Amino acid sequence: MSLTILLLLALGLGLAGWLAARSRAWAFRRASGASAMAALPSYHGWYVALWIVVPMVLFIALWSIVGPHLVSQHVLASPAAADLPAFGFQRESMLAEARAVAMGTAPAVFNDQARALVEPYREAIGRYQAIGIVVTLILGFLGGVWAFLRIKPDFAARTRVERTIMVVLLLASLVAILTTLGIFASLVFETIRFFGMVNPIDFLFGTHWGPDPMSSAANPDPSRYGAIPLFWGTIYIGAIIAMIVAIPLGLMSAIYLTQYARPSVRAWVKPALEILAGVPTVVYGYFAALTVAPAIRDLALAAGMSNPSSESALAAGLVMGVMIIPFVSSMADDSIAAVPQAMRDGSLAMGATTSETIRRVLVPAALPGIVAGIMLAISRAIGETMIVVMAASTAANLSANPLEAMTTVTVQIVAMLTGEGSFDHPATLSAFALGFVLFLVTLGLNFIALRVVKRFREAYE
Amino acid sequence: MVTVIHPNLDDTEAKMSARDVSVFYGDKMAIDHVSIDIPTKYVTAFIGPSGCGKSTFLRTLNRMNDTIPSARVEGEIVLDGEDIYRSKMDVVQLRARVGMVFQKPNPFPKTIYENIAYGPRIHGLAEGKQELDAIVETSLQRAGLWNEVKDRLEDSGTALSGGQQQRLCIARAIAVDPEVILMDEPCSALDPIATAKIEELIDELNGRYAIVIVTHSMQQAARVSQRTAFFHLGKMVEYGRTSDIFTNPLEERTKDYITGRYG
Ligand SMILES: Nc1ncnc2c1ncn2[C@@H]1O[C@H](COP(=O)(O)OP(=O)(O)OP(=O)(O)O)[C@@H](O)[C@H]1O
Ligand SMILES: [Mg+2]
Repeated sequence: MSLTILLLLALGLGLAGWLAARSRAWAFRRASGASAMAALPSYHGWYVALWIVVPMVLFIALWSIVGPHLVSQHVLASPAAADLPAFGFQRESMLAEARAVAMGTAPAVFNDQARALVEPYREAIGRYQAIGIVVTLILGFLGGVWAFLRIKPDFAARTRVERTIMVVLLLASLVAILTTLGIFASLVFETIRFFGMVNPIDFLFGTHWGPDPMSSAANPDPSRYGAIPLFWGTIYIGAIIAMIVAIPLGLMSAIYLTQYARPSVRAWVKPALEILAGVPTVVYGYFAALTVAPAIRDLALAAGMSNPSSESALAAGLVMGVMIIPFVSSMADDSIAAVPQAMRDGSLAMGATTSETIRRVLVPAALPGIVAGIMLAISRAIGETMIVVMAASTAANLSANPLEAMTTVTVQIVAMLTGEGSFDHPATLSAFALGFVLFLVTLGLNFIALRVVKRFREAYE
Repeated sequence: MVTVIHPNLDDTEAKMSARDVSVFYGDKMAIDHVSIDIPTKYVTAFIGPSGCGKSTFLRTLNRMNDTIPSARVEGEIVLDGEDIYRSKMDVVQLRARVGMVFQKPNPFPKTIYENIAYGPRIHGLAEGKQELDAIVETSLQRAGLWNEVKDRLEDSGTALSGGQQQRLCIARAIAVDPEVILMDEPCSALDPIATAKIEELIDELNGRYAIVIVTHSMQQAARVSQRTAFFHLGKMVEYGRTSDIFTNPLEERTKDYITGRYG
């Protein structure tokens, strides 16, 4: 609540600073002429406004992190906290209860001991809030006054504002990069913890997967952490079955769209294909689990198989392949369209038919782009979670029979993280190691694909 | 407006003849009732200001206009007495007999060898590897490129210089042993030295193939061709021996154009 008010206050002060600075700059401008000014008056306004708002916002952000710590320290130092239980969990919940009541988010305490803490809490919160508001205002005021005093006719307010804007944009782009690094770091950290309990060799090359989250966490059985069946399931479903569906269909639709379709047909087929890429994967998951998997099972029964599995690699792979078609086709479409028209004309003028031209000139010339598209599609497929969670099984199976149930890396990540194991049990931590391997593989595929595409672009520029 | 044919044009043998050919892009007329006899043993040049329809007309001669959905051709064009627009005409065969070289060199992103072997392969002209090798060699020799590339046949065709690429494209067209070669401004992307080489080559090919060349350079037309047709606004204004057209144009517009007074 007070946070919103504070932010609004910062904006209000900024606006006031903007107006004041601008009118001061106008005054200079009237006095010494427009040509004597190094910047337009509104830039002076922005300069002062930035000097007011930025320090205030930064401090508000800092205070909302530091403040609660100061509050709880204050409370713990109060006499009422002296007879709190020493044991972590109970102690925490009492503190939380008291804080909630003090802040007005909970009606009353259940615990008598917590009641004594409400008052210290209320007092501490009030005090630190007041400190925060005062300091924020002082900072904004100081920043504004300092900037305001710097306004002179020859002050280069414009360059400074430009530079600030650049810094802001830079920070915005850093957020994405830093987040990626953060994700990676946490993944690495947990993976290292896991490899401290299970030997990486056992993990990467073992052929039996069956972590038991209820077993003793202290000495896990490394023979139950062999991830090969998962890798195999992932590759079999995502890179083999799905690609057998997606590559020919995607390529053929791209060829049809670029070479045969009339513009009016292309105008609605291409968006329709792209909509396929926008369907939430959970919808494909339903389709795979409720329609395709039973149909395959029935087919297998009809073909005389005894007791076929109701969750087959084939069902998940087929549906995933359909999902991937637009990825393959749009990359292939782009790279075939990027082959210069002169190539096509040259081939047709030699007396080649359209299909010969496609087969012998266009597709070979577009091949790098097509391959890159396929690699991106594979990386997308092996990272896909929803379809396999719904249609593949959790049974790790090392088999080449597509009608058997198989599991994938992503399914096991979900299973391990949502399983009953405590957080520092190797079964749970194995999810991070699996995620790490997946991350590396998809990163590698994307990296290679982007390089290939770049090289390909250069070839035609 | 009928085409003015020079009186002392006495060609008896025509490789291709167009009769009242009109070409439309959608509703827009780009070629307006053009009739011409392309002689067997000479180089014919098409000249005229930009947009007058030279390329359009050239492309009707091997039906490359078929690849443009909006293009429509009326009238009759015959090759050795056969109407090439008749429904039974095999376009694949036609284009093997009437080859084409484009304004910008367009070698395929394949090896030099594969570029030349492309046509013979799709038309099944070679029995085995040896025959194919022989075709590649003679084609490159005729295009005057053999000595420059004989040691690097496995290099990419796109790695050659612009002039070499254009000669590669000519060699590629020659490889299927055509009867007519159409060239649409084959030197406009090349420097003077490469241009001179191509002109030399055209001279050498003259007589073996009927050649039609579109050019914007009066000098080039005068140097390489024996027949010249002047196009203007979709019509063929004047046609005759190159020497006659350049020394004694009968039409005012032709005179203006070749003396550079046009526009
Ligand atoms: N694909 C096309 N679709 C529609 N109109 C076209 C097309 N190609 C050419 N035209 C039109 O037909 C006319 C003749 O064009 P063409 O390319 O044959 O001229 P050109 O004499 O070859 O010109 P240039 O010397 O500039 O190459 C022009 O008005 C052009 O705009
Ligand atoms: Mg042209």
